[in-house]
Amino acid sequence: MIKNILNLGDAALYCDFGKAVDKETNSKVVRYFENVKQKKIRGIINLTPSYNKLIISFDLKITNFEEIKKILENLDVNESQPRISKKIEIPICCAESFSLDIKRLETKLSLNRDKIYENFLNEEYFCYMTGFIAGMPFLGDLGKDLRTNRLDTPRVKVPKGSIGLTEQFANIYTFESPGGWNIIGNTPLKIFDKSKTEYPNLISPGDTVIFKKISLKDYENYNE
Amino acid sequence: MKITMNSFEIIRAGINTTFQDEGRSNLNHIGIPFSGAMDKRNYMLANCLVGNKINNPIIEFAYQGPLIKYKGNQISIAVTGDVIFKLIKKETEINCNCYENYIIEDGDQIDIISTNKSVYGYLAIGGEFDLKFQWGSCSINTKANIGSNEGRKLQINQKIKIFNINSDQTKKKLNYINTKIEKIRVIKGTNFDYFSKEGKIIFFEEEFTISKLSDRMGMRLKGPKIENEVDTNIRSEGLIKGVIQVPADGNPIIMLSDHGTIGGYPKIGVVISADYDKLVQLSPGSKIKFQEIELSDAETLFKLYEMDTQNLISQLK
Repeated sequence: MIKNILNLGDAALYCDFGKAVDKETNSKVVRYFENVKQKKIRGIINLTPSYNKLIISFDLKITNFEEIKKILENLDVNESQPRISKKIEIPICCAESFSLDIKRLETKLSLNRDKIYENFLNEEYFCYMTGFIAGMPFLGDLGKDLRTNRLDTPRVKVPKGSIGLTEQFANIYTFESPGGWNIIGNTPLKIFDKSKTEYPNLISPGDTVIFKKISLKDYENYNE
Repeated sequence: MKITMNSFEIIRAGINTTFQDEGRSNLNHIGIPFSGAMDKRNYMLANCLVGNKINNPIIEFAYQGPLIKYKGNQISIAVTGDVIFKLIKKETEINCNCYENYIIEDGDQIDIISTNKSVYGYLAIGGEFDLKFQWGSCSINTKANIGSNEGRKLQINQKIKIFNINSDQTKKKLNYINTKIEKIRVIKGTNFDYFSKEGKIIFFEEEFTISKLSDRMGMRLKGPKIENEVDTNIRSEGLIKGVIQVPADGNPIIMLSDHGTIGGYPKIGVVISADYDKLVQLSPGSKIKFQEIELSDAETLFKLYEMDTQNLISQLK
């Protein structure tokens, strides 16, 4: 199922699953990732699955590219292994103070805000991956009429909990950080909780996410 | 008199002073960066100089370091890197050398004045800091507030407890000088062909300057624009340290130890593992050139670098 394995520098492998960015390709990546992870291959120090790639980095003191490549080529991958996935409801507050880029989107998409929210809230989203600096979930796919580019100049600070759109994807800022996605609202729900040492992320690759609109009052009184 | 509690009191925190160790592995898939000491060789040597295991937590500082007051029983300390520092004792001040351990006593102060034409330095103690580990590591990532010290830089007036002081405090000294690197060796990246013929030539032949906008996450470079003729964005995918991304503005950014786990800019190259410790020590304003190298040569160079490091470590045993 891997189309191609290349070296990324001298201490990582670049596993390419093809050009397509869809649920099917991503499920292959995630299944492969889970299989490799379970095998606990000596020397591997990180596995980073994304839409259609898997980057595997290793400790060059212990192993090397050819050695891991050979192991992967002979790996017995259980393709029928069921994926454990959850359906998660994320509350979103779309009050003026949170929907930082709604005006920009109205212009860019030629839709009024009610229609934008209606379309956004009507879809179920698939979590392709989690990453960046603290478990940020990359969700998709947005309806065709909601797709637009990143901001021309990224914000220096995007507030924690912000929900942003770009191209066919939505994400949730788990941390205040710089960023260029179009912000349409904010969730009071903790998406990344570092006190949960076992697994800090609320959303995992393969999960389904739906958004539910809440009022500003509900947001302020929100209690997990 | 035996003092029951040993501690460091931070009188001046310095610019970017954190606790670091080897970093945290196998967490990239949930979006947690690797982190860990930037210059691994100097990190290990500092630990060896005070008789610790090579992977003990340690204080890493950048540019101006901390001023620390010590309270407690006598303890051995050592600083590595290219660092100007002194010990302030009751009666005297001692200008100290890196790669040599010193014994400090109750009331002594360690003044780490600055790194010299380099970025990172390390302060190790012959003992253990009282630190909380997160996912098996104390390494602080200030961008995500992960690690010991609530994931934050060391602060003024902060006290850090120290325990398990090593009883072996014999003098150790290493004859070692950090050599500078001007040519950074790289392996072509997975998007090398995204760049124009001229862009590729520029990358390997022109000089780049390290920008002030560099930190533990990444090193930004300035130089002639590297033209992209395919796409200035790729589908976000995993990153590793040493990856050189080129965004639309044509200025390369090298991913360093605290880098985000994924990124969406084309990868023109990857710095080889053997050159990483030296790369991170290049201060803003320094000029570098990239040199292309094959994978097998990079592997050999890493073996040599590792042998060199082990040789230095064995001199301290």
